[in-house]
Amino acid sequence: MLECRDIVKKYGSKTAVDSISLKIESGRIYALLGPNGSGKTTLMKMAIGLVKPSQGNFYYNDSPIGPDSRREIAYMSTEPYFYPWMNVKDVGDYYADFFEDFSMKKFEKLLERMHLEKSLKTKSLSSGMMAKLKIAVTMARKAKVYLLDEPLNGIDLLARDEIMTSIIEAADPDTAIVLSSHLVDELEKIIDTAYFIKDGLLVKTSQVEELRITEGKSIVDEYREIYGQGGNM
Amino acid sequence: MEFKTELPIYLQVMASIKRDIVTGKLSPGEKLPSVRELAVNYTINPNTASRVYKELENEDACFTRRGMGTFVTDSIERIRTMKEEMAEELIGQFLEGMAQLGFAFEETIRLMGSHKKGEQQHAGM
Repeated sequence: MLECRDIVKKYGSKTAVDSISLKIESGRIYALLGPNGSGKTTLMKMAIGLVKPSQGNFYYNDSPIGPDSRREIAYMSTEPYFYPWMNVKDVGDYYADFFEDFSMKKFEKLLERMHLEKSLKTKSLSSGMMAKLKIAVTMARKAKVYLLDEPLNGIDLLARDEIMTSIIEAADPDTAIVLSSHLVDELEKIIDTAYFIKDGLLVKTSQVEELRITEGKSIVDEYREIYGQGGNM
Repeated sequence: MEFKTELPIYLQVMASIKRDIVTGKLSPGEKLPSVRELAVNYTINPNTASRVYKELENEDACFTRRGMGTFVTDSIERIRTMKEEMAEELIGQFLEGMAQLGFAFEETIRLMGSHKKGEQQHAGM
Protein backbone atom coordinates (compact mmCIF):
# COMPACT_ATOMS: atom_id res chain seq x y z
CA MET A 1 0.00 0.00 0.00
CA LEU A 2 2.94 2.36 0.71
CA GLU A 3 6.17 2.03 -1.21
CA CYS A 4 9.19 3.94 -2.37
CA ARG A 5 11.29 3.32 -5.46
CA ASP A 6 14.94 4.34 -5.66
CA ILE A 7 14.38 7.25 -3.34
CA VAL A 8 17.32 9.59 -2.66
CA LYS A 9 17.74 12.54 -0.31
CA LYS A 10 20.84 14.69 -0.41
CA TYR A 11 21.66 17.53 1.93
CA GLY A 12 24.43 19.39 0.11
CA SER A 13 27.18 16.86 -0.45
CA LYS A 14 25.83 14.44 2.18
CA THR A 15 23.53 11.64 1.05
CA ALA A 16 21.04 10.97 3.88
CA VAL A 17 19.02 8.35 1.98
CA ASP A 18 20.74 6.52 -0.84
CA SER A 19 18.45 4.92 -3.43
CA ILE A 20 16.14 2.96 -1.12
CA SER A 21 13.24 0.88 -2.46
CA LEU A 22 10.88 -0.79 -0.02
CA LYS A 23 7.26 -1.83 0.39
CA ILE A 24 4.86 -1.53 3.30
CA GLU A 25 1.87 -3.90 3.07
CA SER A 26 -1.31 -3.86 5.14
CA GLY A 27 -1.72 -6.35 7.97
CA ARG A 28 1.92 -6.17 8.97
CA ILE A 29 4.18 -4.42 11.46
CA TYR A 30 7.56 -3.18 10.23
CA ALA A 31 10.67 -1.82 11.88
CA LEU A 32 13.17 0.57 10.38
CA LEU A 33 16.33 -0.26 12.27
CA GLY A 34 19.70 1.41 12.39
CA PRO A 35 21.85 3.63 14.58
CA ASN A 36 21.04 7.32 15.00
CA GLY A 37 21.86 9.22 11.85
CA SER A 38 21.43 6.26 9.49
CA GLY A 39 18.55 7.88 7.58
CA LYS A 40 15.43 6.43 9.24
CA THR A 41 13.84 9.75 10.13
CA THR A 42 14.53 11.29 6.71
CA LEU A 43 12.94 8.24 5.09
CA MET A 44 9.80 8.54 7.24
CA LYS A 45 9.54 12.26 6.61
CA MET A 46 9.65 11.63 2.86
CA ALA A 47 6.89 9.02 3.27
CA ILE A 48 4.59 11.65 4.75
CA GLY A 49 5.70 14.43 2.40
CA LEU A 50 7.47 16.59 4.98
CA VAL A 51 10.80 16.22 3.20
CA LYS A 52 11.04 16.41 -0.57
CA PRO A 53 13.13 13.65 -2.14
CA SER A 54 16.09 14.62 -4.36
CA GLN A 55 15.19 11.70 -6.61
CA GLY A 56 12.46 9.05 -6.69
CA ASN A 57 9.26 9.17 -4.68
CA PHE A 58 6.94 7.53 -2.21
CA TYR A 59 3.68 6.07 -3.53
CA TYR A 60 0.51 5.41 -1.59
CA ASN A 61 -1.80 2.92 -3.36
CA ASP A 62 0.24 3.57 -6.53
CA SER A 63 -0.19 7.36 -6.52
CA PRO A 64 2.59 9.76 -5.50
CA ILE A 65 1.99 10.80 -1.91
CA GLY A 66 0.20 14.11 -1.43
CA PRO A 67 -2.44 15.78 0.76
CA ASP A 68 -4.92 12.97 0.09
CA SER A 69 -2.63 10.22 1.31
CA ARG A 70 -1.76 12.24 4.40
CA ARG A 71 -5.37 11.87 5.49
CA GLU A 72 -4.83 8.12 5.79
CA ILE A 73 -1.25 8.10 7.07
CA ALA A 74 -0.66 8.98 10.72
CA TYR A 75 2.84 10.17 11.52
CA MET A 76 4.49 10.62 14.89
CA SER A 77 7.74 12.58 14.83
CA THR A 78 10.51 12.38 17.40
CA GLU A 79 10.43 16.06 18.29
CA PRO A 80 7.53 17.28 20.46
CA TYR A 81 5.12 19.36 18.42
CA PHE A 82 2.59 20.73 20.88
CA TYR A 83 2.29 24.37 21.89
CA PRO A 84 3.52 24.82 25.46
CA TRP A 85 0.28 26.46 26.60
CA MET A 86 -1.72 23.35 25.69
CA ASN A 87 -2.89 20.85 28.24
CA VAL A 88 -3.54 17.19 27.38
CA LYS A 89 -7.17 17.87 26.50
CA ASP A 90 -6.20 20.74 24.16
CA VAL A 91 -3.88 18.37 22.29
CA GLY A 92 -6.84 16.05 21.63
CA ASP A 93 -9.05 18.95 20.48
CA TYR A 94 -6.27 20.20 18.21
CA TYR A 95 -5.97 16.76 16.58
CA ALA A 96 -9.75 16.42 16.30
CA ASP A 97 -9.78 19.69 14.29
CA PHE A 98 -7.03 18.50 12.00
CA PHE A 99 -7.92 14.88 11.30
CA GLU A 100 -11.30 13.50 10.33
CA ASP A 101 -10.31 10.02 11.46
CA PHE A 102 -9.47 11.17 15.02
CA SER A 103 -11.62 9.49 17.67
CA MET A 104 -12.00 11.40 20.94
CA LYS A 105 -13.40 8.26 22.56
CA LYS A 106 -10.32 6.27 21.63
CA PHE A 107 -8.07 9.12 22.77
CA GLU A 108 -9.75 9.16 26.17
CA LYS A 109 -9.41 5.39 26.47
CA LEU A 110 -5.71 5.60 25.66
CA LEU A 111 -5.19 8.44 28.16
CA GLU A 112 -6.83 6.34 30.83
CA ARG A 113 -4.60 3.35 30.11
CA MET A 114 -1.53 5.55 30.17
CA HIS A 115 -2.56 7.37 33.35
CA LEU A 116 -2.47 10.82 31.76
CA GLU A 117 -4.69 13.50 33.27
CA LYS A 118 -6.45 15.75 30.78
CA SER A 119 -5.64 18.86 32.79
CA LEU A 120 -1.85 18.36 32.66
CA LYS A 121 0.06 21.10 30.85
CA THR A 122 2.24 19.76 28.06
CA LYS A 123 5.19 21.89 29.19
CA SER A 124 5.16 20.16 32.59
CA LEU A 125 5.22 16.61 31.17
CA SER A 126 8.23 14.35 31.78
CA SER A 127 9.84 12.81 28.70
CA GLY A 128 8.05 9.50 29.39
CA MET A 129 4.66 11.20 29.73
CA MET A 130 5.30 13.18 26.54
CA ALA A 131 6.13 9.94 24.69
CA LYS A 132 2.86 8.42 25.90
CA LEU A 133 0.82 11.49 24.93
CA LYS A 134 2.34 11.48 21.44
CA ILE A 135 1.40 7.81 21.04
CA ALA A 136 -2.12 8.31 22.43
CA VAL A 137 -2.91 11.20 20.11
CA THR A 138 -1.45 9.40 17.07
CA MET A 139 -3.07 6.01 17.71
CA ALA A 140 -6.44 7.71 18.37
CA ARG A 141 -6.59 8.25 14.60
CA LYS A 142 -8.14 5.44 12.55
CA ALA A 143 -5.42 5.59 9.93
CA LYS A 144 -4.43 3.02 7.30
CA VAL A 145 -0.73 3.51 7.94
CA TYR A 146 0.97 4.52 11.18
CA LEU A 147 4.52 5.82 10.95
CA LEU A 148 6.02 6.07 14.43
CA ASP A 149 9.48 7.55 14.71
CA GLU A 150 11.30 6.24 17.82
CA PRO A 151 8.16 5.46 19.86
CA LEU A 152 10.17 3.78 22.63
CA ASN A 153 12.91 6.34 23.03
CA GLY A 154 13.73 7.58 26.53
CA ILE A 155 10.93 5.92 28.46
CA ASP A 156 10.74 3.50 31.36
CA LEU A 157 9.76 -0.17 31.23
CA LEU A 158 6.13 0.26 32.30
CA ALA A 159 5.49 3.04 29.81
CA ARG A 160 7.00 0.81 27.14
CA ASP A 161 4.49 -1.93 27.88
CA GLU A 162 1.63 0.56 27.62
CA ILE A 163 2.94 1.86 24.31
CA MET A 164 3.51 -1.64 22.89
CA THR A 165 -0.05 -2.64 23.84
CA SER A 166 -1.46 0.43 22.09
CA ILE A 167 0.54 -0.43 18.97
CA ILE A 168 -0.56 -4.07 18.93
CA GLU A 169 -4.20 -3.07 19.41
CA ALA A 170 -4.01 -0.81 16.35
CA ALA A 171 -2.78 -3.66 14.16
CA ASP A 172 -5.41 -5.20 11.91
CA PRO A 173 -5.57 -6.72 8.42
CA ASP A 174 -6.24 -3.33 6.77
CA THR A 175 -3.55 -1.44 8.62
CA ALA A 176 0.21 -1.18 8.32
CA ILE A 177 2.46 -0.01 11.14
CA VAL A 178 6.05 1.17 10.76
CA LEU A 179 8.24 1.75 13.81
CA SER A 180 11.69 3.23 13.71
CA SER A 181 14.07 2.45 16.50
CA HIS A 182 17.63 1.97 17.56
CA LEU A 183 16.35 -0.14 20.48
CA VAL A 184 16.19 -3.39 18.59
CA ASP A 185 15.44 -5.91 21.33
CA GLU A 186 12.27 -4.09 22.35
CA LEU A 187 10.74 -4.71 18.94
CA GLU A 188 11.80 -8.33 18.58
CA LYS A 189 8.41 -9.76 19.59
CA ILE A 190 6.07 -7.43 17.79
CA ILE A 191 7.35 -6.90 14.26
CA ASP A 192 6.89 -9.00 11.12
CA THR A 193 9.62 -7.45 9.02
CA ALA A 194 12.83 -5.56 9.81
CA TYR A 195 14.46 -3.16 7.37
CA PHE A 196 18.06 -2.49 8.33
CA ILE A 197 19.31 0.95 7.27
CA LYS A 198 23.02 1.80 7.30
CA ASP A 199 24.53 5.07 6.07
CA GLY A 200 21.39 5.81 4.06
CA LEU A 201 21.30 2.39 2.40
CA LEU A 202 18.82 -0.43 2.88
CA VAL A 203 21.35 -3.18 3.66
CA LYS A 204 19.05 -6.04 4.69
CA THR A 205 15.43 -7.10 5.00
CA SER A 206 14.53 -9.81 7.51
CA GLN A 207 11.29 -11.64 8.20
CA VAL A 208 11.87 -11.96 11.92
CA GLU A 209 9.85 -15.08 12.83
CA GLU A 210 11.23 -16.84 9.71
CA LEU A 211 14.72 -15.88 10.83
CA ARG A 212 14.13 -17.55 14.19
CA ILE A 213 12.63 -20.64 12.56
CA THR A 214 15.19 -21.22 9.81
CA GLU A 215 18.39 -19.86 11.35
CA GLY A 216 17.71 -19.71 15.09
CA LYS A 217 18.68 -16.05 15.01
CA SER A 218 17.16 -13.00 16.64
CA ILE A 219 17.12 -9.57 15.04
CA VAL A 220 19.51 -8.47 17.77
CA ASP A 221 21.97 -11.04 16.30
CA GLU A 222 21.32 -9.60 12.84
CA TYR A 223 21.82 -6.08 14.10
CA ARG A 224 25.19 -6.98 15.64
CA GLU A 225 26.33 -8.64 12.42
CA ILE A 226 25.32 -5.67 10.31
CA TYR A 227 26.54 -2.81 12.47
CA GLY A 228 29.32 -4.54 14.40
CA GLN A 229 30.27 -3.76 18.00
CA GLY A 230 30.54 -0.07 17.11
CA GLY A 231 26.80 -0.01 16.37
CA ASN A 232 24.85 2.34 18.59
CA MET A 233 22.83 -0.17 20.63
CA MET B 1 6.32 -13.73 29.70
CA GLU B 2 10.06 -13.70 28.98
CA PHE B 3 10.90 -14.98 25.51
CA LYS B 4 14.05 -16.51 24.17
CA THR B 5 14.64 -14.23 21.21
CA GLU B 6 16.44 -16.81 19.07
CA LEU B 7 13.54 -19.31 19.22
CA PRO B 8 10.32 -18.86 17.23
CA ILE B 9 7.89 -16.86 19.36
CA TYR B 10 4.91 -18.91 18.18
CA LEU B 11 6.45 -22.12 19.58
CA GLN B 12 7.08 -20.47 22.94
CA VAL B 13 3.51 -19.19 23.21
CA MET B 14 2.16 -22.60 22.11
CA ALA B 15 4.20 -24.28 24.86
CA SER B 16 2.85 -21.83 27.42
CA ILE B 17 -0.77 -22.48 26.40
CA LYS B 18 -0.23 -26.24 26.33
CA ARG B 19 1.25 -26.09 29.83
CA ASP B 20 -1.88 -24.25 30.97
CA ILE B 21 -4.05 -26.96 29.36
CA VAL B 22 -2.28 -29.99 30.83
CA THR B 23 -2.01 -28.44 34.31
CA GLY B 24 -5.72 -27.60 34.28
CA LYS B 25 -5.25 -23.84 34.42
CA LEU B 26 -7.29 -23.91 31.22
CA SER B 27 -10.23 -26.33 31.31
CA PRO B 28 -11.26 -28.73 28.51
CA GLY B 29 -13.55 -26.88 26.09
CA GLU B 30 -12.77 -23.46 27.61
CA LYS B 31 -12.91 -20.45 25.30
CA LEU B 32 -9.51 -18.94 24.54
CA PRO B 33 -8.87 -15.21 24.04
CA SER B 34 -9.29 -13.73 20.56
CA VAL B 35 -6.20 -13.45 18.36
CA ARG B 36 -5.89 -9.76 19.20
CA GLU B 37 -6.31 -10.38 22.94
CA LEU B 38 -3.69 -13.11 22.75
CA ALA B 39 -1.31 -10.69 20.99
CA VAL B 40 -1.90 -8.06 23.67
CA ASN B 41 -1.64 -10.53 26.58
CA TYR B 42 1.74 -11.81 25.44
CA THR B 43 2.85 -8.52 23.79
CA ILE B 44 3.45 -10.30 20.49
CA ASN B 45 2.81 -9.67 16.82
CA PRO B 46 -0.85 -10.37 15.87
CA ASN B 47 0.20 -12.53 12.88
CA THR B 48 2.29 -14.62 15.26
CA ALA B 49 -0.72 -14.92 17.59
CA SER B 50 -2.84 -16.11 14.68
CA ARG B 51 -0.21 -18.71 13.83
CA VAL B 52 -0.24 -19.96 17.44
CA TYR B 53 -3.92 -20.92 17.12
CA LYS B 54 -3.46 -22.43 13.67
CA GLU B 55 -0.65 -24.69 14.89
CA LEU B 56 -2.48 -25.62 18.10
CA GLU B 57 -5.41 -26.62 15.93
CA ASN B 58 -3.14 -28.76 13.75
CA GLU B 59 -2.05 -30.55 16.92
CA ASP B 60 -5.67 -30.98 18.03
CA ALA B 61 -4.87 -29.04 21.18
CA CYS B 62 -7.69 -26.63 20.37
CA PHE B 63 -10.41 -26.08 17.81
CA THR B 64 -12.06 -23.08 16.16
CA ARG B 65 -15.77 -22.51 15.66
CA ARG B 66 -16.48 -20.07 12.88
CA GLY B 67 -17.65 -16.78 14.33
CA MET B 68 -17.35 -18.05 17.89
CA GLY B 69 -13.65 -18.24 18.52
CA THR B 70 -11.04 -20.75 19.56
CA PHE B 71 -11.53 -23.30 22.33
CA VAL B 72 -9.38 -25.75 24.29
CA THR B 73 -9.88 -29.32 23.07
CA ASP B 74 -12.66 -31.08 24.98
CA SER B 75 -10.97 -34.45 24.56
CA ILE B 76 -9.60 -35.64 27.93
CA GLU B 77 -7.72 -38.34 26.01
CA ARG B 78 -5.93 -35.72 23.85
CA ILE B 79 -4.98 -33.69 26.95
CA ARG B 80 -3.51 -36.85 28.51
CA THR B 81 -1.41 -37.63 25.41
CA MET B 82 -0.34 -33.97 25.26
CA LYS B 83 0.93 -34.25 28.82
CA GLU B 84 2.86 -37.41 27.92
CA GLU B 85 4.36 -35.77 24.82
CA MET B 86 5.49 -32.79 26.89
CA ALA B 87 7.02 -35.12 29.53
CA GLU B 88 8.83 -37.04 26.77
CA GLU B 89 10.25 -33.81 25.44
CA LEU B 90 11.49 -32.67 28.87
CA ILE B 91 13.09 -36.07 29.56
CA GLY B 92 14.74 -36.01 26.15
CA GLN B 93 16.22 -32.57 26.82
CA PHE B 94 17.41 -33.62 30.27
CA LEU B 95 19.04 -36.84 29.04
CA GLU B 96 20.74 -34.95 26.23
CA GLY B 97 22.13 -32.47 28.74
CA MET B 98 23.38 -35.29 30.99
CA ALA B 99 24.95 -37.09 28.01
CA GLN B 100 26.77 -33.88 27.10
CA LEU B 101 28.17 -33.81 30.64
CA GLY B 102 29.39 -37.40 30.06
CA PHE B 103 26.86 -39.33 32.14
CA ALA B 104 25.66 -42.66 30.75
CA PHE B 105 21.97 -43.49 31.06
CA GLU B 106 22.40 -45.90 34.02
CA GLU B 107 24.57 -43.44 35.87
CA THR B 108 21.98 -40.72 35.33
CA ILE B 109 19.29 -42.99 36.81
CA ARG B 110 21.54 -43.71 39.84
CA LEU B 111 22.14 -39.96 40.35
CA MET B 112 18.43 -39.28 40.17
CA GLY B 113 17.85 -41.95 42.83
CA SER B 114 20.32 -40.39 45.25
CA HIS B 115 18.98 -36.91 44.44
CA LYS B 116 15.52 -38.05 45.45
CA LYS B 117 16.85 -39.61 48.68
CA GLY B 118 18.62 -36.33 49.47
CA GLU B 119 15.38 -34.42 49.01
CA GLN B 120 13.55 -36.76 51.38
CA GLN B 121 16.27 -36.33 54.01
CA HIS B 122 15.96 -32.55 53.73
CA ALA B 123 12.21 -32.83 54.02
CA GLY B 124 12.59 -34.96 57.17
CA MET B 125 14.88 -32.49 58.92
